[in-house]
Amino acid sequence: MMNTASAATTRSVVVERRIPHSQAKVWRALTQGPLLEDWLMSNDFEPRVGHRFTFRMPPMAGWNGVTDCEVLSVEPPDELSYTWNASGEEAANGLKTVVKWTLEPVDGGVLVRMEQSGFREQDQRNFMGAKYGWERNLGELERVVAKLA
Amino acid sequence: MPAAPDDVFKALADPTRRALLERLLHEGGELNVRALTEQAGVSQPMVSKHLNVLKAAGLVQERPEGRVVHYRAEPKGLAPLTDWMRFYAVFWDERMDRLENLLNRMDQ
Repeated sequence: MMNTASAATTRSVVVERRIPHSQAKVWRALTQGPLLEDWLMSNDFEPRVGHRFTFRMPPMAGWNGVTDCEVLSVEPPDELSYTWNASGEEAANGLKTVVKWTLEPVDGGVLVRMEQSGFREQDQRNFMGAKYGWERNLGELERVVAKLA
Repeated sequence: MPAAPDDVFKALADPTRRALLERLLHEGGELNVRALTEQAGVSQPMVSKHLNVLKAAGLVQERPEGRVVHYRAEPKGLAPLTDWMRFYAVFWDERMDRLENLLNRMDQ
């Protein structure tokens, strides 16, 4: 689901999921590097405000696969946020967003909410396809789709 | 109504459908099922079935003319792949599935 942020010029992606596990367990999955790697991406995350780290996935067309991050907040057991920015040569004009996790205990589990905010107008066109002309050549697509499957 | 990014990714996950769409994109105009079948390597009914999936995902348009249906690529249907927001909407949803899967495997 996509929401328009109140800040007018940027937008957010919000994904919410009610998960039938304890809040403490979900917190561990969000904050322990090896567990994070299992479900999200390879990383050198540490749950410490100000810690700089990267998330890495194999490069794909129009993206080196590296995400530069800095921990913004660590408030166990219910809030965690970090920057989520383009890296290397792509840093100057690339994505500059914030990922914020909130865990709310609910009946039978925890409501997990992920909000990635800060998408700008240019982020809605300058992605892989526009840049690399998938309209004419779907070859690269196979790799990307395979990653998402 | 635009197709959901999931539909676009699913439609393109199949190599026969990717080949059909690529063929239509390169053609730049219309082709009918028979012409598309000639190079597809699968039967005409299968080609029709794949074309319907592409149509439902907003990636091709059809124009019936008598008994013949002409197909044309709809490049705008690829928008979900040119858009970081849509990419991440799909990405996080899929990662949440993996998170749940991990939690099911973890001890208390």
